[in-house]
Amino acid sequence: MIQIQNLSKSFHKNQVLSSLDLEISQPGVFAVLGPNGSGKTTLIKCILGMVIPDSGQIRYQGASITNEWKYRAAISYLPQIARFPENLTVNELLQMIRDIRDQAARAEEIIHLFGIEPWLNSRLGTLSGGTRQKVNLVLAFMYDNPVIIMDEPTAGLDPVALIRLKDLIQAERQKGKIILVTTHVMNFVEEMANEIVFLLDGRIRFRGELAALKRRCGEPTLERAIAKLLQGECLEAGPAAGKTAAENPDKGFFQPKTEIPCSRY
Amino acid sequence: MLKILKYSLSDMMRSRWIYIYTLFYLLLTTALFWLSPDLSKVIISLMNIILVLSPLIAALFSTLYFQQSREFTELLLAQPVRRSSIFWGQYFGVALSMSLSLLTGLGVPFLFYGLLVSGEIWNFLVLLFAGIILSLIFSGLAYYIALKTENKIKGFSLTILLWLFFAVIYDGLFLLILVLFNDYPLDKFALGASLFNPINLARVLILLKLDISALMGYTGAVFQQFLGSAPGMSIAVASLLVWAALPVWGIRRVAMKKDF
Amino acid sequence: MKNFMVLQFWLLLLSAHPALGGVVEVGPDGPYPTIRSAIEAAHSGDRIIVCPGIYREGQIIVDKMVSILGEGQPVLDGEGRSEILTIIADSVRVSGLVVQNVGISYMEDRAGIRVRKAKNFVIEENTLINTFFGIYLEHAGSGVIRHNKIRGEAVQENASGNAIHLWYCRNIRVDQNQVSGHRDGIYLEFVDSSVIANNLSTNNLRYGLHFMFSNGDDYFGNRFSGNGAGVAVMFSKKINMWENVFEQNWGRASYGLLLKEIYDAAIYRNTFHENTIGIHLEGCGRIKYSHNDFANNGWALKMAGGCLENTFTENNFVSNTFDLSTDSNTDDNHYDGNYWSEYAGYDLDRDEVGDVPYHPVKLFSFVVSRTPESIVLLRSVFVDLINFSEKVSPLFTPANVADHSPRMKYISWQEIQLK
Repeated sequence: MIQIQNLSKSFHKNQVLSSLDLEISQPGVFAVLGPNGSGKTTLIKCILGMVIPDSGQIRYQGASITNEWKYRAAISYLPQIARFPENLTVNELLQMIRDIRDQAARAEEIIHLFGIEPWLNSRLGTLSGGTRQKVNLVLAFMYDNPVIIMDEPTAGLDPVALIRLKDLIQAERQKGKIILVTTHVMNFVEEMANEIVFLLDGRIRFRGELAALKRRCGEPTLERAIAKLLQGECLEAGPAAGKTAAENPDKGFFQPKTEIPCSRY
Repeated sequence: MLKILKYSLSDMMRSRWIYIYTLFYLLLTTALFWLSPDLSKVIISLMNIILVLSPLIAALFSTLYFQQSREFTELLLAQPVRRSSIFWGQYFGVALSMSLSLLTGLGVPFLFYGLLVSGEIWNFLVLLFAGIILSLIFSGLAYYIALKTENKIKGFSLTILLWLFFAVIYDGLFLLILVLFNDYPLDKFALGASLFNPINLARVLILLKLDISALMGYTGAVFQQFLGSAPGMSIAVASLLVWAALPVWGIRRVAMKKDF
Repeated sequence: MKNFMVLQFWLLLLSAHPALGGVVEVGPDGPYPTIRSAIEAAHSGDRIIVCPGIYREGQIIVDKMVSILGEGQPVLDGEGRSEILTIIADSVRVSGLVVQNVGISYMEDRAGIRVRKAKNFVIEENTLINTFFGIYLEHAGSGVIRHNKIRGEAVQENASGNAIHLWYCRNIRVDQNQVSGHRDGIYLEFVDSSVIANNLSTNNLRYGLHFMFSNGDDYFGNRFSGNGAGVAVMFSKKINMWENVFEQNWGRASYGLLLKEIYDAAIYRNTFHENTIGIHLEGCGRIKYSHNDFANNGWALKMAGGCLENTFTENNFVSNTFDLSTDSNTDDNHYDGNYWSEYAGYDLDRDEVGDVPYHPVKLFSFVVSRTPESIVLLRSVFVDLINFSEKVSPLFTPANVADHSPRMKYISWQEIQLK
């Protein structure tokens, strides 16, 4: 569904993405992980066409997205920081987005789910961070789109809302959607993600299932495995890193390249 | 684009500054009428103010609006909307509301003081056209600058500098060159240099209506030809339209490449 | 029957004007088919009635004291070859004729109707079309030219004549004529004690009215519109000019009124509207200007070459691009008590006279006179700035040129009775 080839982007002299390849062809929850500044948000914004890459190709359902806009109708997006026009009310914002997108929506259901009815007529500028995030979630989940992209969806959420969010994601996954999530909350990844895409210095340095990562790094918990990745250990190298495991059986990247033993399990 | 334009416009209409701006013109025009009920005199007094103020205010509004609506822009960028539509929609939202302010602020008092029954309707329309086209041009230029510069203060300063340049500095240099090179034939230069400053162009347009008697006193043949009203008018209007189109084109160019 | 009718007509005329002599009728079918033959037959004091028709004859010499009266617009056509009527006798009256096609001559000043060395003539209600010079008076006196329409098709100054041309004349009254399409509408050279009144002079190549070396004349109630320049008064004394309208004289160095070497004149109750220059003064002195309107001119007043002791009072200066420009730094003229629409002063004591003086000379007009191209910067902010700084501390403009009692309101001189 989504193919990214050779994607590079730099801001001024800062190379954020360098020749990145990634292909997501089957549904599931994909956790995009990586240290701060590794290019997670840039990657997501490239997919959405908000950041224009220096070079490389992004295809959605086989067609290039360069200068295209219609494909965005198939993507729901939850931005990292919920920034809205301050002097609109929640209702006006929802109304406006519905007017612009002109798709069937289920806003009321999500509003009810996160319990933001009391704030519907409040100006966005007056809302607390958590409430804003809930509004953000409504915008992301009110459409039945095949692709959902979320940048730090858990930020500022209370435990109840977090559980509701997880349930929502589960339900969407059941419907066979592609869900791309960046987060720093490892529990969340552990619980939700089918696959992990690990970014470091603008490249994908690991791509695979959670179990594979743990095995590869020889760590019992995801947190520790990720910590190892962050320290530069047990990384994958080479251009094929973004491809799915099934497409690169010969490379065998379920096998650890480093000498870290997996026998602890 | 029309949907975006609709929301930009309604967003502008929420700002109390736009009402203050409209009110300013309303009060100013009414005050001028109160001082002298002579329509042509009011038009001349307004001309100086409009030629200077409308580009400045349009530029400032445009910069502020763009800088403040960054969130709105980001939100829109993730929607299935054409990129150029977003920026054009926003630009036209600002430009249109500036024009509406001018139209109301000038139009209402003039109608009240008998514009339709006076012989001044063409002079008034020329003045209004000059004000509106300058608002469009300077909204566009400021929007372009705001798109180009990440730093808000820098964008703001550049915009003000641009206005200062076209409103005052340009004419100073222009006059200096004319006086210094007095011994050379300068009529082509004088006309050419007028085309490269939209404020000058708008002014010449009004001069052709109000001061034709003095303008016809000039001796150069090129001048006579140009100022012979009809061709002069058309060239000035055409150049102004080009000036108005330039930033729209520039906005599209920058908008297609900009990252958010 | 026909004879009886004619007889009855004659009797009627005779009974109406018993003092006048006989009547000679000119008509294509009568005994006198040409005007020349009628003049030959007529006696002094007779009236020659010209019936409708086209009379193709030129060089008609009127050498008897007769009246030539057109009935039903008879046409005298010179067919472009020669002058038509030449009056050399006193007390001749010419009226009701259409005189046309004299033809251009570069050798002689041909005219439609010429009066040479004659007195007490009346030329009225004639129409002159394409007559090179229309009505030409030389060494004539005590005559009236009125209600004539003189139309030309002049294109070039050197190949055109004047509609009404007066040379060495005295006591002439030129009244309510319409003249257009000539070199000058009305031209006077060495003409004294004459009156030019209520004429309409339009679209002439050079001047609407032109005075040269003429003294003690009055002109009033005339309208000069769309001429090369309105009126030129040169080298003349004691000319009074009032209630004339000078408008739309546009072009380089074009003006409503040119005064060159004029002394002791009075100019009042005139309207100068939409001229490149309202009044252009060159070496003029002791002229009184009052109750004139200067509106929408490029320059209301332009002074050059030492103008002294001119007095401007109670005039209105409204919406002119420049009210006054002068080329000298000393100025001996008086400008007190006028209304200036540009005046931005205040009147705290409410006596309708502004409390601060008005300086009608702007720095920018000084700049424009040196660098004409800079006119395109008119009304720009920068120009306003330099005008303002000059106003605060005058460096280039004469500080003594000022109205010390500027009026706050338009002076409605139309309501003041003329003495």
